[in-house]
Amino acid sequence: MSTPLDTPGTPVPGAQSAPAAVEVHGVHKWYGAHQVLDGIDLTIRPGEVTVILGPSGSGKSTLLRVINHLEKPEAGHVSVGGEPIGVRRHGKGLKELSERAILAQRSRIGFVFQNFNLFPHLTALDNVAAAPVATGRLSRGAARELARELLDRVGLGDRAGAYPRQLSGGQQQRVAIARALALRPGVILFDEPTSALDPELVGEVLSVIKDLAAGGTTLVIVTHEIGFAREVADRIVFLDGGRVVEQGPPAQVLDNPSHPRTRDFLSKVL
Amino acid sequence: MSEPPGTVASLDTAAKTPETPAPSSDGPADAAPGAGAVEARPAEAARTAPPSQAQRVQPLRRPGRWIASAVVLVLAAQFVHGLATNEFYQWDRFAYWFTRPTILDGLAITLEVTALSAVLGLLGGILLALARLSRSPVLRAAGWLYVWAFRSIPLIVVLIFLYNFSALYQTLSVGIPFGPAFFRFDESRLATDMAIAVVGLSLNEAAYAAEVVRGGVLSVDQGQHEAAAALGLPRGYRFTRIVLPQALRSIVPNYVNQLIGLVKSTSLVFYVSLLDLFGAAQTMGATYPGDIVPLLLVVTVWYLILTSLFSVVQYYVERYYARGATRALPPTPLQRLRGALTTARARLHSEAAI
Repeated sequence: MSTPLDTPGTPVPGAQSAPAAVEVHGVHKWYGAHQVLDGIDLTIRPGEVTVILGPSGSGKSTLLRVINHLEKPEAGHVSVGGEPIGVRRHGKGLKELSERAILAQRSRIGFVFQNFNLFPHLTALDNVAAAPVATGRLSRGAARELARELLDRVGLGDRAGAYPRQLSGGQQQRVAIARALALRPGVILFDEPTSALDPELVGEVLSVIKDLAAGGTTLVIVTHEIGFAREVADRIVFLDGGRVVEQGPPAQVLDNPSHPRTRDFLSKVL
Repeated sequence: MSEPPGTVASLDTAAKTPETPAPSSDGPADAAPGAGAVEARPAEAARTAPPSQAQRVQPLRRPGRWIASAVVLVLAAQFVHGLATNEFYQWDRFAYWFTRPTILDGLAITLEVTALSAVLGLLGGILLALARLSRSPVLRAAGWLYVWAFRSIPLIVVLIFLYNFSALYQTLSVGIPFGPAFFRFDESRLATDMAIAVVGLSLNEAAYAAEVVRGGVLSVDQGQHEAAAALGLPRGYRFTRIVLPQALRSIVPNYVNQLIGLVKSTSLVFYVSLLDLFGAAQTMGATYPGDIVPLLLVVTVWYLILTSLFSVVQYYVERYYARGATRALPPTPLQRLRGALTTARARLHSEAAI
């Protein structure tokens, strides 16, 4: 392990007061006989921007989906903000949480999908305002006000009334980011947010994510944009075959990779 | 030449004319080879050749289409002529029966049975669809069995079965299963003809509606379920606000189709001695045997009217649920008519200008 930040359990200066934003402990995940995650350990501090790199099939997306419990890990566990996800401590063991409790946990974790997955029958404004209302956090009026504010923040204040299909891919993804922000999540997970976009639209989405990073939000980003990763990441985690092969600051992992798999991958994508 | 430049761009008929006959306009640009020349041609032609009568393209003649249309028109004319002149139809009797109170009472019963069964059938269908989509194997199997059974049994059999139901079970009671009962109902008082008809049709309708709803729910992208789950939206909200509105886009046309079938199925309630539209006509026909044909015509026309009303409602409901599914909503018939009039007027103006 290359930096003092990543060993779970080791006290990190300045981090004792707050629990880790995300902690992943020994997570294993199988799809049938195929093992996707093979004992992942990861600790992400509050405010940290982590970029996960790796070849396709290395388990990057699955790791994100395990963090907000869209996928249930077969072994190991995840906690976000010190709270175990999907389970609770019960005596010595763990007990599965009710669906309602899991949904409440998910609403504190933002998730941005590769294919945006906006609700096509709702306007941009209603897409953003839906979750705070449905989860009973805000009144309809307050939610719409917040939605307007967030759409302004991602540069789409003038398209609030548009339906997703009337927006470009880049605009849709920015609405999706605003939708994730509407629940004021402690951490936002991005699953290849620019992979479905035309190259000329990638920039507008990345700049929104950069603003979030600068604003101190905890972000975990799966991406293939190496240049963006270098610019925005505090730490890069390289995944291969369901394992964390290497991690560290961008300058170290991208420019001076220690593992042959990392070198091999970077030589292909850079 | 007399047109201002703006009109050429705004009217598609006028704008097309200079572009289409490109091969005939043998300007020097045509001779130049290369991809650039192809791109430049329409613009070139528009500039050099003004829209004129000489360059209008002769549309392809289609004699086959004309002959087929003529044959259809002749057949249609023959049919209408036959309807009007054949004494057998007795149109005076049709006019007499069309708004007779007996017939209108029957119509009211048809509408009542249809409306109740449509609503109950859809609710049952949604529950059955949820059961069939459930993770519980018991619910899945029960849903499947229900749909299987009621799609297999003819509706008339279901109705007559229910009609004799009170002979099978004299009382119905609400209580602990296999235990004591809290409430007891006398079946023969509960089972009016109307109740039998509505229950029978609803049971049948629910089986078909279940498949329509299930198909609609399955047509919603998996990403929508995931996005809703990731946002932590509660399960009920997810189904009623996210999945169902999108599913309704494919449910509505199929369910209306189903409803039109239901309207006509209500004619079977005659067999459980409920006098619906068809039943009323049938009874009157028995009393006035000479009027059977005009009575059947009355029934036919009323069913045609009902189906037409359904189609109109369907159009607007579909349009409502198409929000966001297309970039722009298709125009309503009224808007289309207005658009056609505007285009026609514009064309008239441009023709006059030439």
